[in-house]
Amino acid sequence: MVTIEDYGKYETAWCPGCGNFSILDAVKRGLVTSELEPHQVLFVSGIGQAAKAPHYLNTNVFNGLHGRALPVASGAKLANPNLKVIVESGDGCNYGEGGNHFLAAIRRNIDLTLIVHDNQIYGLTKGQASPTSEEGLITKAQPEGVASAPFNPIAVAVAMQASFVARGFSGMIDHLAGLLKEAMAHEGFALIDVLQPCVSFNKVNTFAWYKKRCYTLPDEYDPTDWRSAMQTAMEWGDKIPLGIIYRNQRTTFEKRFSVLQQGPLIGRDTDFGELKKILEKFA
Amino acid sequence: MEKTDVTLLIGGEAGQGLVTLGQLLAKSLVHAGYSILVTQSYQSRIRGGHNTFAIRVSTEAVVAPRESVDLLIAMNAETVTLHKAEVADGGLIVADEAHGTETDGCLVVPYQQLGETRFANVVALGVVSVLLGLDQPLVARSLDDFFGKKDHEMAEKNRQILTTAFDWCDQQTVAFEKLPPVAKPIQRMVMNGNEAIAMGALSAGVKFCSFYPMTPATSIALNLAAQAGRMGLVVEQAEDEIAAINMAIGASFAGVPSIVPTSGGGFALMTEGVSLAGMSETPVLIVVAQRPGPATGLPTRTEQADLEFVLHSGHGEFPRAIFSPGTVEECFWLARKSLEVAAKFQGPVFLLTDQFLADSSRAVTPFDIDNLEPIDPGIETDASSLPYSRYAITPSGVSPRLLPGMTKHLVVAGGDEHPVDGHLTEDLSIREVMVEKRMRKEQGIIAEVVPPEAQGDERPDLLLVTWGSSKGSVLEAADQLRNETTRVGTLHFSQVWPLVPDHFLQRFQDAGKVVCVEGNAFGQLARLIRRETGFAVHSRVLRYDGLPITPEYIIRELGD
Repeated sequence: MVTIEDYGKYETAWCPGCGNFSILDAVKRGLVTSELEPHQVLFVSGIGQAAKAPHYLNTNVFNGLHGRALPVASGAKLANPNLKVIVESGDGCNYGEGGNHFLAAIRRNIDLTLIVHDNQIYGLTKGQASPTSEEGLITKAQPEGVASAPFNPIAVAVAMQASFVARGFSGMIDHLAGLLKEAMAHEGFALIDVLQPCVSFNKVNTFAWYKKRCYTLPDEYDPTDWRSAMQTAMEWGDKIPLGIIYRNQRTTFEKRFSVLQQGPLIGRDTDFGELKKILEKFA
Repeated sequence: MEKTDVTLLIGGEAGQGLVTLGQLLAKSLVHAGYSILVTQSYQSRIRGGHNTFAIRVSTEAVVAPRESVDLLIAMNAETVTLHKAEVADGGLIVADEAHGTETDGCLVVPYQQLGETRFANVVALGVVSVLLGLDQPLVARSLDDFFGKKDHEMAEKNRQILTTAFDWCDQQTVAFEKLPPVAKPIQRMVMNGNEAIAMGALSAGVKFCSFYPMTPATSIALNLAAQAGRMGLVVEQAEDEIAAINMAIGASFAGVPSIVPTSGGGFALMTEGVSLAGMSETPVLIVVAQRPGPATGLPTRTEQADLEFVLHSGHGEFPRAIFSPGTVEECFWLARKSLEVAAKFQGPVFLLTDQFLADSSRAVTPFDIDNLEPIDPGIETDASSLPYSRYAITPSGVSPRLLPGMTKHLVVAGGDEHPVDGHLTEDLSIREVMVEKRMRKEQGIIAEVVPPEAQGDERPDLLLVTWGSSKGSVLEAADQLRNETTRVGTLHFSQVWPLVPDHFLQRFQDAGKVVCVEGNAFGQLARLIRRETGFAVHSRVLRYDGLPITPEYIIRELGD
């Protein structure tokens, strides 16, 4: 039996009141309800306050470069598809610095769970705009307000027919833990964009701001209907939908490599008989 | 005297099948027992332009390209204009009658009459084979091997045209001496540098390759991809070079030997990943196939100008090793060695090659793989002490490595400074301990450095020093410069980092004049040697026009 305690309790570097605490709790609950033991899981993260999260979990961790968590995770998954690989990092890391990898991971439909802490601001570097910051948001780096339109990760993922697209909110832990469990059980690339306040640097999109707007999708909502998912994905402003917005059963990336159907690459023998035949072709 | 050493140059546009012609000739010549060395020069385009495929062929071992041409096979008129001056005395131009070339020193071939235009390269194959004295059945076999399996009708058509071309050429009176036959041909392979790197990596047990296409490195990944199913590896074309190196780091962290082939510009994008491999202590082999920069430079030509870049790539300080094979054989063995060093010392290792060596097919004695094993991936199966710490402090600096998910122990690694458990730290005393731990690994790397290879005279009047692909030309130049009054020695670095002065400094000090020969404008190895030993070479022979260094080039430059 896996318990919450198995995933440990650590002192963190986060500000009091940060949404990260609730997300960390929900992640632990998702892992436990998925009956995943700490050694079966690999967390990969990038750089940012969110990217520190795996350090506060008692599990396997690779904490790499800013924006590059997905490639590291993809390489690890291809080497050992038996690992449950989860990427956890922030909006800047995944949608800004790592934007190309986000698109590529969706296209591949590699079996990874991507948890994005989305607070619409850069916390670690103290309050610059993030790719999801709203237009006009004033920061020290954008004194005239953010001039670019915000990136809509849900809409992009749905448009690309990512196989699992969900949104959660750090203020609704039970709901988020449920989403995480579903995402971890999903075979293929699963995105969960998690809205969260940044108590230190985002004075607009506060806990109350999200609380007022977030609503959970009704039971009759059909996440397999791509057209309605596209519409739902575009909803933002007064009402923000939470839940599984879109899902499908695309073939996973790993399934397309014939060599991986015989098990992980790790520990596999090198067939010198075969190599000899290959070398004979050069004669 | 019999001519035993011939250089033939095939010239034409991209799309005329001149590489196929060149490869078929190369294979036939090696099957007949000759040694060969191919130099390919091509433009960055799929059709048109001016491309050449040169083969130096000899009854003796060939180690370097030659500038002068004995047999110029012009697939278009432009080739004659551009290369006429390179044709040596007694040389011959083989041209198409349609190009209206003058007959003096020229064999005019009625290509139209001998086969349709799209088979012009097979006509040329037949003609050149006769001129060199190759047997028709042997050439036909090479042709069959190439086309046979794909399309029987096509194979038959090719055979007919080859026969027609042989018959036609046999009737001609040509003032060009055939090569003397090799009495007892030994079986050899035709292999280029990139193929050898791929094969060496496979023999070492490489199981993961991620790459983004870039000339002249791409064919390493393509050769691996072609064997992925049979050899059990995953080859993934990443979305960009940054993804490529980070994927390889992820795969290696999870437990499989990984390789990333690239060239200068692509490698520039990877450098943060290099630093991550250094900090996270993750083995990864990066092959940098050099081409002239800066920026896009000359995408399809050759240069040796990324030594300093690779040596200093990645921010911060961490140990590394850089290998620089000088021959196709060294590409194979050093690909293995570099993967071994990466695994043993847990960090980034580099293999520096270049377009010349990458594309240079040569006659290679088959590798003795019966006595080979994959490299030791350096992975433990259980923790020797508890709790397991990925970055345990050890005298060698190398920490026992477990894999995530393969034991109950947890593996925590990353790019932030860390205590032994791999988590984050800002404790500055730990920082010092960890820097020193990482640095200690350099001592282990130094103990395994491949010493530079010395050839020729001891205590020479002239010592030619070089690295990487310029090896053969330096050896040949030394042979030509050596005479009764001048002793000439050579020293080739097949590993350019770390440098171990005990391996070479005495030899430098014992030489009358030390000249460093390299394919760049700064004299990068010469600078590095001076930095590390204080020894300033007396003179440098540098080349940076995009072409490989030749023996003639060295001799010309030394004479100036």
